[in-house]
Amino acid sequence: MPAIRFQEVGKRYPGGHEALRRVTLDIEPGEMVFLTGHSGAGKSTLLKLIPAIERPTHGVVLVNGQNVGRMRAAAVPYLRRNLGLVFQDQRLLHDRSAFANVMLPLAAAGLTPRDAAKRVRAALDKVGLLDRERSDPVALSGGEQQRLCIARAIVNRPSILLADEPTANIDADLAGEIMAMFRDFNRVGVTVMIATHDLGLAARFASRTLRLDHGSIAP
Amino acid sequence: MTSWLRHHGQSLADALRRLAQEPLGSALNALVIGVALALPLGAFLALETVERLVPRAATEPEMSVFLDLDATRADAERLERELAKLPGVRQTRFVPKDQALAEMGRTEGLADIVATLKRNPLPDAFVLRLTPGANATEAADGARRLGKVAKVQIDSAWVARLQASLAFGRAAALVLAALLGVGLVAATFNTIRLQLATRRDEVEVSRLVGATEAWIRRPFLYSGAIQAVLGAGVAIAIAVGASLYLGPFLARLGSLYGGEITPMLPNPATVAAVIGVAALLGLAGAWLSVSVHLRRLH
Repeated sequence: MPAIRFQEVGKRYPGGHEALRRVTLDIEPGEMVFLTGHSGAGKSTLLKLIPAIERPTHGVVLVNGQNVGRMRAAAVPYLRRNLGLVFQDQRLLHDRSAFANVMLPLAAAGLTPRDAAKRVRAALDKVGLLDRERSDPVALSGGEQQRLCIARAIVNRPSILLADEPTANIDADLAGEIMAMFRDFNRVGVTVMIATHDLGLAARFASRTLRLDHGSIAP
Repeated sequence: MTSWLRHHGQSLADALRRLAQEPLGSALNALVIGVALALPLGAFLALETVERLVPRAATEPEMSVFLDLDATRADAERLERELAKLPGVRQTRFVPKDQALAEMGRTEGLADIVATLKRNPLPDAFVLRLTPGANATEAADGARRLGKVAKVQIDSAWVARLQASLAFGRAAALVLAALLGVGLVAATFNTIRLQLATRRDEVEVSRLVGATEAWIRRPFLYSGAIQAVLGAGVAIAIAVGASLYLGPFLARLGSLYGGEITPMLPNPATVAAVIGVAALLGLAGAWLSVSVHLRRLH
């Protein structure tokens, strides 16, 4: 069973913009895949269909065999607990510490504060931010903020990690570091899907690359 | 189950922490809710104060039957038997004219007048006590038809009037309470709407990392309930303060009428009821607000 399967998926936004057209793809468990394409090609939309942030207008999206396009709203939180999401705009909460930001998914999943704290520190350690756990996100550099975002994505030990332009706002050295981090997660069995417009970055990894062009998978 | 309980605890703590972070705003909210709740609570306590002044026994209808001045002892004995047979009469008590005059002499302010009288102007009389709920007018008409009866007076009419006034007062207080209850729900609705607006990012991120709607909603519900409970506390404080302030004035008024009037303080049951109702209304306002606005955030 593929980790992610798209069958003839189309997404048309209200207003008529057609973001995806007849997209069909399979991503096997443990695979690392780059999703490239010009700005507006539909990369973000494709990623958003996986955690049911958006729903497809046509076709079927399966995640670990579950049809997430037709999933009941009440079941969506449980789907998302098994997915790690790294957003282009990071979406860190600035009213709380780095530690509390990473804690949020575990608190929502109902872990005891003690177990959760252990896992938060383990996640912060993995991204090299253990000594910054008390810092406010605003006090962190761009690269550190991105790493904090990754720590929050992996703290739930997801089987699938999705990242939308994770290196968009950081310099090349840091981008390499971030990518190395994703490769490490992939090596321990996590399925990783990274959307990026940076073809050079994708080319450096011996991974499958899917190219989107005006909403369709380019051959 | 334990994680559910734990989150209730965390939500309560979170709501309290956020209240403490904005002491002025929270205090003003509590004050607005408190003043709104103090009005019906005050009205209720005022009604209780008046109600205690009404003698309980007088709620059973009573009437006086005055005999003609020339009625004899034999007439009185006959009348006693006939009056007892009237519908609704439970008890008859004969008040001879001498006893009536003596009682009048003991009444404050009338002693001097009684002392100046050369002869007793009062007639013999019967005091009839009717069964509760009996038709006093019908019984009075029956008594008027009997011989040697000069006048029949339904003594409990003023009690009935007072009771009707109090019933009206209670109903009016209930309308006031209902209206201000709606106001409390609206106030909480708005407060929670503002909280949701300032915590929009948190709601959105929580959803993205797998929080259920119930989990997201919970701290806001606690917040609404806590604010209403704080408001109830303010209302009770206002009521107690007003009672203590008005106490001496009422006592003076009471002494002029030869009685004693003390204002009612809210008893523990009233306090519990006010807090409980406020908490439920606050919860309802928060629930409505969260239901409407969280759906919009989708």
